[in-house]
Amino acid sequence: MAGMAQEEIEKELSTVYTVLTYADYEAGLKEERLLGLKCASCGKITCHPMHVCQWCSSRRLERVELCGEGELTTFTVIRVPPEGFEADVPYIPCIIETKEGPCVIGRLDYDAERATPELIGKQVKLSGAYTYEGDKYSGGAHTCPIFKLVG
Amino acid sequence: MRDVAVIGIGHTKFGRASKASLELFSESVLQAIDDAGVELKDIEALFQGAALAGFEEGQVMSAAFSAADLNLGPIPATRYEGACASASVAIRDAAMWVGSGEYDMVIAGGMEKALTMGTLFATRTFAMACHAPTEGPVGLTFPAVFAMAAMRYAKIYDIPLEKLREKMAHVSIKNHKHGALNPLAQFYKKLGALKLEEVMDSKMVADPLSLLDCCPFSDGASALVLCAAEDARKYTDEPVYILGTGQGSGGPLSKMEDITKPVSRISSAKTAFKQAGLTPKDIDILEIHDCFTIAELIALESMGFFEWGEAADAVEDGQTELGGKIPVNMSGGLIGKGHPIGATGASQVYWIIKQMRGEAAKGNQVDPVPEYGMTDTLGGDFGTLCHIILGRSKRKK
Ligand SMILES: [Zn+2]
Repeated sequence: MAGMAQEEIEKELSTVYTVLTYADYEAGLKEERLLGLKCASCGKITCHPMHVCQWCSSRRLERVELCGEGELTTFTVIRVPPEGFEADVPYIPCIIETKEGPCVIGRLDYDAERATPELIGKQVKLSGAYTYEGDKYSGGAHTCPIFKLVG
Repeated sequence: MRDVAVIGIGHTKFGRASKASLELFSESVLQAIDDAGVELKDIEALFQGAALAGFEEGQVMSAAFSAADLNLGPIPATRYEGACASASVAIRDAAMWVGSGEYDMVIAGGMEKALTMGTLFATRTFAMACHAPTEGPVGLTFPAVFAMAAMRYAKIYDIPLEKLREKMAHVSIKNHKHGALNPLAQFYKKLGALKLEEVMDSKMVADPLSLLDCCPFSDGASALVLCAAEDARKYTDEPVYILGTGQGSGGPLSKMEDITKPVSRISSAKTAFKQAGLTPKDIDILEIHDCFTIAELIALESMGFFEWGEAADAVEDGQTELGGKIPVNMSGGLIGKGHPIGATGASQVYWIIKQMRGEAAKGNQVDPVPEYGMTDTLGGDFGTLCHIILGRSKRKK
């Protein structure tokens, strides 16, 4: 009889393609842990998670925890927010180059009125997580890291 | 692939529109059909950019309804979404289909009604072109993306931030000057003589970008008639040829090696130049994606018109004005003309062709008329890039 056995089809479904999910990444942030992926091909770290190594595209990835420290590469102060963020204004999105290599996006815990370009290049570390509960277009809540200056 | 020509162009007044986007689009199509001197029954397919129609008017699948509104029959009609580059990717694909020989004549263009959403919700929906899982919870906005690029630009080239703000302000002054002269622009007869302090002292949106560093939310539509180049002279004495196109994709900001040197744009522009057999030196006029003042500088450098870090000075020196090295955004650009995001790419092509016909508004027209022009359209935080190179004569084989 032509066709494929149901058991065979179900077995194919069980292949793992996502080593670290967004939900895993966000759950880690809530515990003040920055989770990523280590590549068995090039040895580099991918963070936030992707389905392949962000450096060499290899699929040989393993979960790893980053130290949470890095350097502030850029930031801004948002004064005109999107709907849903009115209560947060002014707030500071930033991009951090982690010690392990990949950059991550998050928020900076710092007085917005004292935020000047001299902040760029400063050392920062993970200090918490910000959870946006979401609106009807965001598919539920999402969480991003919060960083603060070291020292 | 066959060569492809643009034989008809249409463009509604940009700004606040009372009509629905489907009506705006149909108006621009009828203008383009009339301009080309062809009939609606000649159209074999429709390619429509529309970024946020679902949020603006509760309308998805808009392309089919546009075809229906014009009684185009059961022809293929497809909506393209690449955020602010929606119309450009629609035009590029339309050119591919005509080039392939599948269709001889098609409509490509786009539409948007962003002003219906109001600033708060529009800022929210525009931010949907950021990476929702990681950039969404940060509360990132488009001005913030380009503000972070400006901060980085100042750092890399060691320019004091206030000095960079001054240089960026020259982009706003230039584009508003030309927008104020353009009767189809959102700011026609407005903001045409801005002073440096007015730009720099306007309300801060995302440091260091203030309100006059930003393009507005806008309503509008624009459409083009494309046909096989071999047929173009049957319809017009002044066909404009699509000599090369390019498209590039990016990703989340944090995955970019350098947010002042977007690989998506570099790659897309290179593809377009290679296809056209031209270099930046050959281009006589540009319409580029000045969603923010800093964006114009980054675009000029990424496309190869200025060395890295030199566009800021070049704009201040007037090298991007009429009579300069390369006139940029003589329509007013997104800042002065307005930015109905789904229509912008078609509007850019429209204004390059107007320039080639010598029909741009007085004060905006390049003299003598340009031989080669190029558009640059950016969607998202460098997520979708598209370039179109146009010429008054066919590609050299
Ligand atoms: Zn790797």
